[in-house]
Amino acid sequence: MNISRRKALAFGGAALTVTLVPVSFAQAASEDVMKAAIAAFTGGADVAEGGIELTTPEIAENGNTVPVAVSSPGAKRIILLASGNPNPNVADFAFGALAAGNGSTRIRLAGTQDVVAIAEMADGSFTQVAKAVKVTIGGCGG
Amino acid sequence: MGKPRVKVPKSAAAGDVVTIKTLIKHKMESGQRKDKDGNKIPRKIINFFSATFNGTEVMSVNLHGAVSTNPFIQFDMTVPETGDLAFKWVDDDGTVTETTKTIKVG
Repeated sequence: MNISRRKALAFGGAALTVTLVPVSFAQAASEDVMKAAIAAFTGGADVAEGGIELTTPEIAENGNTVPVAVSSPGAKRIILLASGNPNPNVADFAFGALAAGNGSTRIRLAGTQDVVAIAEMADGSFTQVAKAVKVTIGGCGG
Repeated sequence: MGKPRVKVPKSAAAGDVVTIKTLIKHKMESGQRKDKDGNKIPRKIINFFSATFNGTEVMSVNLHGAVSTNPFIQFDMTVPETGDLAFKWVDDDGTVTETTKTIKVG
């Protein structure tokens, strides 16, 4: 059988598109899922910015363990969300009177994406911060 | 669940803010991975952590599948008096692991 280089490339390209599209759909949380996760926490209230700090590495070589730290003195609750993960919820912190309103942990990121932290302050208002993290090797397995 | 490791100062001055570090061995199977036959590996993670000082909750965390293997949690707290800081981890299968450290004031 004689397959020209051009034909072979075209076929390969088509096969690649077909296999890639469903995979990317299945892996990343859609924007709606992310919005739903935020709404579940805020109850649809307005979310301001400032008063909350999120520390992430700019580039994470390994998406399986990315150190993140969040701090919002006076916050009652803080949630961490990963916008590009299959399930955006990462961790929900709740603070008592003795806590300083901060927490650090290590998280999995499926790929390069924004990590979002939203705090509920003592007066019931919400504030958020987002940080982009570049991930070299994704952390969700296949 | 493995043995937890916690780092808590043995003593502090009243009103001091101290840093608490905790780590527990756990696979944290996210429920997203597939085995070599393409079947989803069921989720099995630690879904809850809490720290309680003399019976008052200092902080708690609901963990989801995106928390890494051997979950590490660090936080700061004010030490008002001598007391016991009790830690608790809850597995998806209901297993509870607990450990307690004493902080002395004065």
